Parts: sequence; structure tokens; C-alpha cells
Amino acid sequence: MYVESKKGKTRELWNFHGGLHLPDHKELSLQSPLQSVTLPERLIIPLQQHIGVVAQACVKAGDRVLKGQLIADSSAPVTAPLHAPTSGTVTEIVEHAIPHPSGLNGHCIVIEPDGEDRWGELPPPISDYRQTSADTLRQRIRDSGIVGMGGATFPSAIKLNPGKPIKTLIINGAECEPYITCDDRLMRDQAAKVMDGARILQHLLQSEVCLIAIEDNKPEAILAMFEVLNQDENIEVVRIPTVYPSGGEKQLIHILTGQEVPTSGLPAQIGTICHNVSTTAAIADAVLHGRPLVSRLVTVTGEGIKNPGNYEVPIGMLASDLIEQAGGYQNNPQQLILGGPMMGFDLSTDRVPITKGSNCLLCPTAEEAPRPEPAQACIRCGRCADVCPAHLLPQQMYWHSRAKDLEKVQDYNLFDCIECGCCSHVCPSHIPLVHYFRYAKAESWALEQERRESERAKQRHDFRIARLERLEAERKARLRKKKESLNAKPAGKKAAPKKDDKESKQAAIQAAMKRAAEKKAKQGQAPKNTENLTPAQQAQIEAVDERRKSAAKARTNHSEPPA
Amino acid sequence: MEFPTHSSPHTGRPNRVDKVMLQVVLALIPGTLALVFYFGYGILVNLVLAIGSAVAFEALVMKLRKRPVTPVLMDLSAVVTAMLFAVAIPPLLPWWMVVLGMAFGIIMVKQMYGGLGYNPFNPAMAAYVLLLISYPVEMTAWLPPTALAEHHVSLREVVLFKFTGSLPDDYTLDAITMATPLDVMRTNLDLNMMISEIRTNPLWGDFGGLGWEWVGNWFLMGGIWMVYKRTITWQIPLAFLAGLVGMATLFWLFDSESFPFPLFHVFSGGAILGAFFIATDPVTACTTRTGQLIYGATIGILVYVIRTWGGYPDAVAFAVLLMNMAAPTIDYYTRPRTYGHGEMKS
Repeated sequence: MYVESKKGKTRELWNFHGGLHLPDHKELSLQSPLQSVTLPERLIIPLQQHIGVVAQACVKAGDRVLKGQLIADSSAPVTAPLHAPTSGTVTEIVEHAIPHPSGLNGHCIVIEPDGEDRWGELPPPISDYRQTSADTLRQRIRDSGIVGMGGATFPSAIKLNPGKPIKTLIINGAECEPYITCDDRLMRDQAAKVMDGARILQHLLQSEVCLIAIEDNKPEAILAMFEVLNQDENIEVVRIPTVYPSGGEKQLIHILTGQEVPTSGLPAQIGTICHNVSTTAAIADAVLHGRPLVSRLVTVTGEGIKNPGNYEVPIGMLASDLIEQAGGYQNNPQQLILGGPMMGFDLSTDRVPITKGSNCLLCPTAEEAPRPEPAQACIRCGRCADVCPAHLLPQQMYWHSRAKDLEKVQDYNLFDCIECGCCSHVCPSHIPLVHYFRYAKAESWALEQERRESERAKQRHDFRIARLERLEAERKARLRKKKESLNAKPAGKKAAPKKDDKESKQAAIQAAMKRAAEKKAKQGQAPKNTENLTPAQQAQIEAVDERRKSAAKARTNHSEPPA
Repeated sequence: MEFPTHSSPHTGRPNRVDKVMLQVVLALIPGTLALVFYFGYGILVNLVLAIGSAVAFEALVMKLRKRPVTPVLMDLSAVVTAMLFAVAIPPLLPWWMVVLGMAFGIIMVKQMYGGLGYNPFNPAMAAYVLLLISYPVEMTAWLPPTALAEHHVSLREVVLFKFTGSLPDDYTLDAITMATPLDVMRTNLDLNMMISEIRTNPLWGDFGGLGWEWVGNWFLMGGIWMVYKRTITWQIPLAFLAGLVGMATLFWLFDSESFPFPLFHVFSGGAILGAFFIATDPVTACTTRTGQLIYGATIGILVYVIRTWGGYPDAVAFAVLLMNMAAPTIDYYTRPRTYGHGEMKS
């Protein structure tokens, strides 16, 4: 399939396997223009809003802060700083409910806005970014606290340092999840800003081409982006077919390049990199205006919301406050989802703050999102496999997950599952397939963790034994030296005893270390708890080892879920 | 505000097992009506007997297992099994054989393995084979198509015969019943008759057995509708028919007087019914699409082999049961290449 991607230029598109045509319900939140919110009484800013090391607060209770001022940071390589979303006073740093599927609390900085919304001193704008080095731009992006805003929240500066030449830079405006329209709104209203961000990224990465991909159910956004397109640049706007999950990073790369990201590999390996449009716009703000990431667009929608729409929300605003400004609840809703209906997770309470990765608050009524009936037995119809964008066999994986056969389910490439929900959606037996796969993944991780810990304990034990041996050897050497010096004294002073001493001590230490090594080697031959395993257990351990290796490789992987 | 939490996705589920089963039931109706039209009311009586006993046995097992009965009956899988069984057995089969078949199919083949979704063998075909092996005479005594019958058996006579074994006055069972065209073809070929000779038999229609060819056509309609509705995938029926036609064409070209022409095979016996309704039973078939092609084609080939050189005139049930056994292995070796695995383009 070919589409026109800029004047006089067509681009070939590929299809990915499976996927779904879903009713998109996007009109619900598109009837009103972008709205701003009045500042709430309190902003609650979680210290962990990104993948990586949690940031450390650098303000304390009672401090006055200005909008954009740094309030938390970390020296770890993978992390993101936080900035005050408005001016006001830090009242406390407490444990508070955060938007996380676990429902657990996390450390948060609480700021009481003073209502002035006064900006602090910002870093200077970099308007001539084309003359600026990639390192400087990356540093600016890092210092502005920018993370993947499509939901993955991986620190963008790290993703922008691929260490490999990038052929295709992809700006992801697919927004394939039903209901969500914040990226659509952003492209319609702030197309120039998105385009600036794309130019900055293209300069930074020196990519051959930059493709802005938008699903064809957003004609206004496509038109707006086409209007700010400059004929002389290697930037194209690509209209892609509306198929869920086209906005999944791996799927989008396949649609645009026909290539697949190797399993547990990074898009950069095949010369591609993918950034969400919201992230791109935030990068433009950070570079061209020096503004850190302190607010984002959030879609508030569903039949359970009185005035659905898109809102520009300061980070840290409680979902309850935001929903109140959207007119509050109606129709007795039974569910509050953070994210879209396919991949979002349920919030148990609306008293959680909006974070950098929160793109949508969906509040459907019971008729809109009915609870599936109790699951029936799998009839092996294979529809799940037909719609799976990763080309897995969900029905086989379900079988083995249910049997807790983690080795088998990994054999069926469990970890290539992107949890898009297509299989669960089409299952005629209403089996919560994705839930089974999350369970199997969590169990596999737990097993791996256990193994890692026992490995560490063993290392510590070995080290202790070696240390005790060494101490013993040193003590003996000291005694011998004393004895020798006592024996030697009556015979008068010998030449250079000191040197001898040193040598004998050295030799003793070496002998002790050798003994320790021998003992260790002997221990190695002695029965270990990893011996006498059944072949199945052995295979399981090997599989976990393999997984661990690939997981270590993939630690820097930051697949964005479908926007 | 507090909310209960559930696992994603948070969408209504468009598909349902009972809907799938209902579509199969609907697709079976045209062919079944054609059977009644050509072979009389015995088919209807079989249907009532089979459905009634299948549902009763299913309920009984649920009661014994102390499981809720209604949801299991509502999935309609027992009805589908009963219908497939009823359209495969001869119209005059004694009532207790029908019930015995369903008892075996539902209790032993389906529920003893855990019920819907867990049975490795097709319950309707297992029941059919049990009866065919145990009562070969009754299972091969078909009525002639109504156009050829000397005596039209009325509903009352059918019921009377099925329940009491008493025949209408002055008739013997042999006079009323007739072998199926496949059976006739087989017996005559064994007598070294030429196909052209055999075809002069009034049992013959345009390309298959008289009546049978039209029954096949109507089942074909239902089958195509199911493919269109995506109740079943096209892979199994197409591969099944391709395998059968491929084998038949090969041998027919080799010797058209000793091997019947391909369409005869397609439109006789249970070929169409088997291709669209029986081999496609998702529980017992292959699930990978490549696997389904292999599975379907092998059944088609086996049907030809057993029909031509085996001990029984028709072979769909045997071929399906044989391949049921092979399905898991075929599935294992036909796993699709997962995204990002294996050899990558460029």
C-alpha cells in the first residue's frame, strides 16, 4: 500500500499481523476545544514518574518554589528530574496513593500553589538548535525531565543516545487506543510545536528521514501537520490505516519500514527510533523555550463524565480534582481507567495524581464497558492467534500458564507479548488471556529474582570463607615473623630483614589464597543444590538464565505501548 | 470516589461460544431439510432422539459432577454434536442405537475428558464409529431416495419401526432399504464392473448419488455461509476437498473405468458435511492456520484411501478421528514465526 506523505512523494506501507478494528469513541472528547484547568489546592508530585531510579527530593517542607524550579533529581544514569508545576510552598513529602496497577503508595512532594503561577529562572532558549551539539541538546532534554509521554515514561534523553546511526526517526501520532484524543488535539492545535520538536530530534539524531505517523481516523490532525510541513526538509506526514494497535512501537515500525525489531532488541538496532508526539512537543518546549515538563494534555472521557474533553493539566493534579473540573461524574460509573480501554489499568480510587505518563482518564458506564461474563473453557478456535500483533499462539500460552508450566509458556515466546488485549477482546469463551500472561510473566520474574538472590548469597559465602583463610594466613605469617625475629636477635642483626619479612608475608598470603582457591575448587566438586536436578528443572534454570541475559540486554529497552 | 478494579482490556466481548454454536446449528438446517426431503421423516426422528438424549446425558453428567447445569447446556455444544450425529446415521436406525451413540459420545468421549474444550476426539464421529463397528448391518441400511422408493415410509411407520421393529405389511427390511451410492460403487467395483456400467444404476444422479448430490449442495451452502460469517476458517474445508479431489483426479486420470470421477467423491457420502462441519470442530482440529491446511488435506487423502482400499464404503469418521490424534503434534510443528524472531527481512 502506498500513501502520499508529502507533496509529490509517496511512501510504501506494510501490514502487521492481526490487529483489530475497534469502535473508536473519539468524538466524545473532541467536541470541546482544549481547556485549561484552575489550579487545585494541592499538587501531589510522585518522585517516581519514569522508568529508572527514583528521584531524590531537593526541597524540604516549608520551601518556597517557583514554577519550573527543580524539586527532585538523581545522579543515577537512568532517571528523570522533577520540576515544580506551579509556584507555591512545599508543605510536606509524604507517602501518597500513586497511579500504579498495584494500588500501592509512593513518596510524593506536596505543593500548595500560591495562585500566582510564577515562572522561576529558566535555562536560556536554544533557538539555533541546528548549530548546537547533540550532547548539549540531550542534556537540555534530560534536565527538563522529559520522559516518554505515550505511557512508557522512559527517560527520553537516554533513548536519544542510541549509539548507532538512525535511518528513520518516527514520530508516533497514531493514537490507536479508542477514546484517547490528547495527541489528536495536540496535533490539531499545536502542529507547529510538534513539527519544531520533530526538527530538533532529526537534527539531534541526524536521521535520514523523519516520519510523522497518524492514523487515518484523524483527518484534521493530518491536515494540520501537512500545513506546517516544509517541502525542503526530509520530514513526511504518513497517513496509516486505523488498526489497533498500530501505535505500538514495534507495530508502527513494521508499518512504516516493513522491518521487525529483533526480540528483546531495540529499535535502534534496525536504525529506527520512535517518539510520541506529546514527547516531541515537550522537547520543543524544553529546547526552544527552556521550559521543563510541568504539565501535559489529558483526555477525560467516557459516558460517566459530564463534560468530556481534553485538558492541559499540571503534573500532580489529583484525578478527582480534574474530573470535578470536567463537570464531575454522571450515570453512576462503575470504573475509572487510567489510559485507554485496551491497555489502561483500573484505578481503585480517584485520589491519585496525574503524572507525566497519564494520557487519559476514562470513566465508562457499566453499559459502555460491561464486565465480561464468567470465563468458559477454551474451544481452541484460534481467533486469539488471528488477531495477535506479535504473531503468538495465545491459546497455547494460556494452556501452559494455567498449568503454571513457565518453561513451556516462555518457549511459546511469552515475553514477546505486548499485552495489547486483542486476544482477550475476541475470545468467545471470555477468558482473560492477557491476565494469565501477566501472571506468567510475574511468576517468571519472581523465579529469576529468587535465583539471583541465591547466587548472590553463595558469592557472599565464598568471599567470607576466602577472607577468613586470608586472615588466618596473615596471623600465622605474623607469628612466624615474630618467632624468626626472636631467633635471629641473639645471632645479631641480619641484612635487610625487613625485605625478607615482606617476602615471606607475601608468600604466605599467596599460599593462603592458593589454598582458598583449592578449597573453593573442591567445594565446586562437592554436591551443590543445583545438582541432581531433573532435566525439566535444569531446562527451566537454563531458560531463566537465557531470559536473564536477554532481560539485561533489554534493560535499556523502552518499548512504548500503543498511544 | 472508590472503584472496583479489573484486568484490561476493558471492552465488551463481541464473541460468544453459544453464538458460534448457534451459527453451526443454523448452517446445518438447509442440508438437514434436504435430507428429510430425500430420505423421509426418519431423519427428523433421529434428530429429536439425538438432541433429547445428548442434552439429557450432558445434564446428568453436570449433576453428577455437581456443576451448574444451565450454563453448560446453554453453550449448545451438545446440540451441535447431536445434530452432526443425527444427519450421519441411517433414518431407520433403531431408537436405542441413537441413544446409545449419544450416551457414548457425550459421556465417554466428551465429558469423561472434562467436557467442552478438553475432548481430544470428535464426539459425534466417535459415536458414529462405535455404532458402525458394533452394528454394521443397521448402520449401512439407508432408505433409497424417495423418488426411487417403491414404498413411501410414512412418519407413523418410521416411528413404529424405530421403536418396535415392526415393518409395514408385506415388506421386508431389504425391500425398503438400499445401500448408499458409495456402498454400491464399492461392491460393484469389487465385482470388476466398469464405472460406465455402474452408472446405469438408477441410484445415480448428475454427478453423485441421486438425492445425495443435492444434500451435499445444501450442506455446502451452509458451510460457505459459516466461512463467510467466520464461524469456521476456510483452511480446513478447502484443504479437505483439495486433498480428496487431488487424489481422486490422480487415479481417475490413470484409469477412469476403475476409479470414479472426482465430483462423485465430493458429492457422495459425508464429504461435504465432513469438510465443513466435522473436520472444522475447533476443539479437536488443529489451531494454527498452516496446521489446518495439513490437517484438512490429510483427512481428504485418508478419506479417499479408506474409501478406495479400506474395509468401509465411507471414511469421513475414521479419517477425522485419525487426524484428531495427530492434531496436537501438527500444531506443535506449525507454530508461526513470532514477531522479531527467526530470519528477518534485510
